[in-house]
Amino acid sequence: MNVAAPVTPTVEARNFSFWYGKKQALYDITLTMPPRSITALIGPSGCGKSTFLRSINRMNDTIPGARHEGSILLRERDVYARDMDVVHLRHRVGMVFQRWNPFPKSIYDNVAYGPRINSGLRGRELDEVVERSLRRAALWEEVKDRLRQSALSLSGGQQQRLCIARALANQPEVLLLDEPASALDPGSTQKIEQLLSELKSELAIVIVTHNLQQAGRVSDYTAFFYLGRLVECDDTARLFTTPREQQTEAYITGRFG
Amino acid sequence: MILAGVAPGDRVYQLAITAFALVVPALLVLIAIAIGVAAWPAFATAGLSFITSSEWNVQAGKFGAAPAIYGTLVSSFIALLLATPLAVGVAIFLSEIAPKWLRQPVAFLVDLLAAIPSVVYGLWGIFFLVPMLREHVVPFLRDTLHLGSTPLFSGPAYGPSMLAAGVILAIMALPYISAVTREVLLAVPRSQRDAALALGATKWEMIWDAVIPYARSGIIGGIILGLGRALGETMAVTMVIGNRPEISASLLAPGYTMASLIANEFTEATSDLHLSALMAVGAVLFTITLIVNAIARWLVWRVASGPRS
Ligand SMILES: Nc1ncnc2c1ncn2[C@@H]1O[C@H](COP(=O)(O)OP(=O)(O)OP(=O)(O)O)[C@@H](O)[C@H]1O
Ligand SMILES: [Mg+2]
Repeated sequence: MNVAAPVTPTVEARNFSFWYGKKQALYDITLTMPPRSITALIGPSGCGKSTFLRSINRMNDTIPGARHEGSILLRERDVYARDMDVVHLRHRVGMVFQRWNPFPKSIYDNVAYGPRINSGLRGRELDEVVERSLRRAALWEEVKDRLRQSALSLSGGQQQRLCIARALANQPEVLLLDEPASALDPGSTQKIEQLLSELKSELAIVIVTHNLQQAGRVSDYTAFFYLGRLVECDDTARLFTTPREQQTEAYITGRFG
Repeated sequence: MILAGVAPGDRVYQLAITAFALVVPALLVLIAIAIGVAAWPAFATAGLSFITSSEWNVQAGKFGAAPAIYGTLVSSFIALLLATPLAVGVAIFLSEIAPKWLRQPVAFLVDLLAAIPSVVYGLWGIFFLVPMLREHVVPFLRDTLHLGSTPLFSGPAYGPSMLAAGVILAIMALPYISAVTREVLLAVPRSQRDAALALGATKWEMIWDAVIPYARSGIIGGIILGLGRALGETMAVTMVIGNRPEISASLLAPGYTMASLIANEFTEATSDLHLSALMAVGAVLFTITLIVNAIARWLVWRVASGPRS
């Protein structure tokens, strides 16, 4: 790679504001998320982290009265552009939710869902995608003998990794995770953190977390949101040791939030 | 004991409530026993021929209820065949597609179908449905779709028929199926819809792949509830089915149902055996509806307690 050339961010928000009806939830967010890195979004409850995350793959489109200004670019193309196909966008941007939500189908069918609807894959090819995705989500060894069993027979931590595998099966360029481990035990949390660190060699990851240690452990960059505004975004190590803003310092030292 | 360590007032209250609660199942059992006892002489006389024979001759003491059993099952089956796609379609439209302002009024109108007295359905059947079937639908089935050569649509078509009964029952069962389906569709969690959409599903793919499979057993429960409604319906069916105790392959021929049989003969049943025979028909009908309802409950319970493997 040419070191001198500036890296094109995978996701970039430019002066992005967002409203739920009359209520403004995001104010003028400008933020870049580089490829092959993990960006953590932190901040007190209600500050707009999920709103921002869901704006990237346009999951907020389904909310009546939702409105935005500014733009969010995925590889330099505005995801809100008129010619952007939302279905295709969501195919390129994977999302994992706080509460794991596998379909009440088999493990195999869960992972196969995306490739089936998006590229019509079948047979051997599909088997390979399913296996590869489960491996990338560090779940293959645990489920390879029970692919036809219901996904709901798995433990919570396994179900969440299944949801990660399901998102990966689409070969996304970005993976968005909204507090993926907040309802999990420490062991499962650790597995997911480790898996994210391995995945970042292949794609950009944006993770919302309330757990500052977790942000410190897994992320390369951290963005601190407060009351719908981006207070600061920096290299994770720097943000946690020498924050520029006083609000950030107050938050990471646990004085509020 | 459940009553241990409870204040005296609460105790009386608990006992009363428990007693009331036990009255309902006791009533069900008592009705079943009463019908069973009353039906026994007829079952004993006719034996298995009660459900296999078509000969129903009160004077000769022959009680073969097969045509009525057949008619009940077939008319209800036609009803489900017609009502299910329509009702599920209406429910999907109302819960997923229709604009917000349209949902309540349309749902209300559909629910209202359940409030029309069945004798009014019967009148409508006689004066509108039967002539329409004869003059428009049957010619269409025969001449345009060339179904006249199949046994189902062969033979003369005077008017009252199994088909007319099925259509009327379909309209009557529709609001039940659609109301239950709408409820279970609305109960599908947001997270399931999000999961499908976030993977790149279109709205239709989301509905077909995430919402409906999740709600499936509840929808089946609604269908079976509609079936229960169709099986027991008496008045409207009696008015349009033709009341002829024969088994015919043609849906255009008149038929009979268990409920119509009982309603038609009850006033003229003078001999004990005749009464007993009608009771026996009631017992068969009761058993079938009981089984159908049990299955419906079980399926709805399964969806309410979340899907399992
Ligand atoms: N569907 C919605 N309709 C209206 N307001 C909403 C909606 N979703 C979120 N909000 C509001 O937008 C603001 C930001 O919410 P958001 O969920 O993005 O916060 P968050 O940072 O993810 O919080 P948490 O850490 O609790 O998940 C909050 O004030 C919230 O009440
Ligand atoms: Mg949130």
